Amino acid sequence: MLTKRIIPCLDIKDGRTVKGINFENIRDAGDPVELGALYAGQGADELVFLDITATVEKRKTLSELVNRISHKINIPFTVGGGISSVEDVRVLLQNGADKISVNTAAYKNPQLINELAKQFGSQCVVLAIDTKQEADGNWYVYLNGGRTKTDSLCTEWARQAVDLGAGEILLTSMNHDGTKQGFALDITSRLAMDLPVPVIASGGGGTMEHFVDVFEQGKADAALAASIFHFKEIGIPDLKEYLSARGIVVRR
Amino acid sequence: MKLAIVKYNAGNIQSVLYALERIGMEAAVTDDHAVLRSADKVIFPGVGEASSAMAYLRERRLDILLTQLKQPVLGICLGMQLMCRHSEENDTDCLGIFDTGVKRFSGNLKIPQIGWNKVLDTKSPLFDQVSAEPYCYFVHSYYAELCEETAGVTEYSIRFSSALQKNNFYGVQFHPEKSAGAGEQLLKNFISL
Repeated sequence: MLTKRIIPCLDIKDGRTVKGINFENIRDAGDPVELGALYAGQGADELVFLDITATVEKRKTLSELVNRISHKINIPFTVGGGISSVEDVRVLLQNGADKISVNTAAYKNPQLINELAKQFGSQCVVLAIDTKQEADGNWYVYLNGGRTKTDSLCTEWARQAVDLGAGEILLTSMNHDGTKQGFALDITSRLAMDLPVPVIASGGGGTMEHFVDVFEQGKADAALAASIFHFKEIGIPDLKEYLSARGIVVRR
Repeated sequence: MKLAIVKYNAGNIQSVLYALERIGMEAAVTDDHAVLRSADKVIFPGVGEASSAMAYLRERRLDILLTQLKQPVLGICLGMQLMCRHSEENDTDCLGIFDTGVKRFSGNLKIPQIGWNKVLDTKSPLFDQVSAEPYCYFVHSYYAELCEETAGVTEYSIRFSSALQKNNFYGVQFHPEKSAGAGEQLLKNFISL
């Protein structure tokens, strides 16, 4: 049976990890390669490296870093942040990335998704959506790391992107991100049940119970989190043992 | 030990090279017939589409060469599917090394299958010292049907061949180069065949 995936996310700025670091056992926790290898060794199913400066400052994710990661890491990884062209993607894939994620650039030019899927296959095209539930109850798409609101509904954009060739959706709820109060179960389950591709839930995971909820009620195929892993609030082996005991199939 | 990776128009070769490097091996990436024939082991990886890959192999007569190889050959993902008889992907006749067909997943399923799944009923030295029923990493929309040469079975709505073996020919549907410790052991096993 296909397992549910646990995905630590590493935010990268100038080639270094930026989110809180609380590790004693590795030489350099600011090195994304070292931290990624540590997570891989602990049983992470995939990794996401997100260049958080990229979109705003128009900086390209460093291909050298991706190359170093792919030499060292023996599980799949996705690279995102500021990717806006077929050429950007070609360079990252040639340097060993398994998948890339697109967000703002794909929204502004949806044909980018189509071109990427044709050139490299849907399996490596992840569409990242930052979404926020407004007072009217609807979930809207936000761009530029959550700074720019659009009038598009999350469900409609996700459907369009999948029709264009997106192979996975990485869904971040801005209402939940950073709260540690649990994932956005409602919008996650709507996408997961509506779309023929996997949905990765992101934002709000604070306890192991939240992961049970996002898989059972949220119907997510994978769950992504950052600080709870970086600050060792939850260990990946413990989380997987907990999920397994609750009847959720995970790789152990 | 001379390792060769078949160079053709399907991606993913870099990841295989790096995985070999992690277990201390180097490989030549080549479509040169003489180099492939004289290699001790040949790896046939691939992520891509079946008909364009077969067209490319035929143009360079690699289709004939591959079926004639006597040393251990390991097909990975699309490479394994191309070693089968026929693929539903654009109705493509393949190499016919394994006597089985390749079909597209159907039904109420997320396609492609992306993620970690178990390999059951393993019957091949490829799985020596790999934990029983190992989890391996899959990304695919097409699968090889079960057959006499099935050397590993995985379930995704149906049961399919996640590993195949016939004489010196080996194939795995999953990506050993991305399957953590299990994948590394499998690659080591292939190299020590």
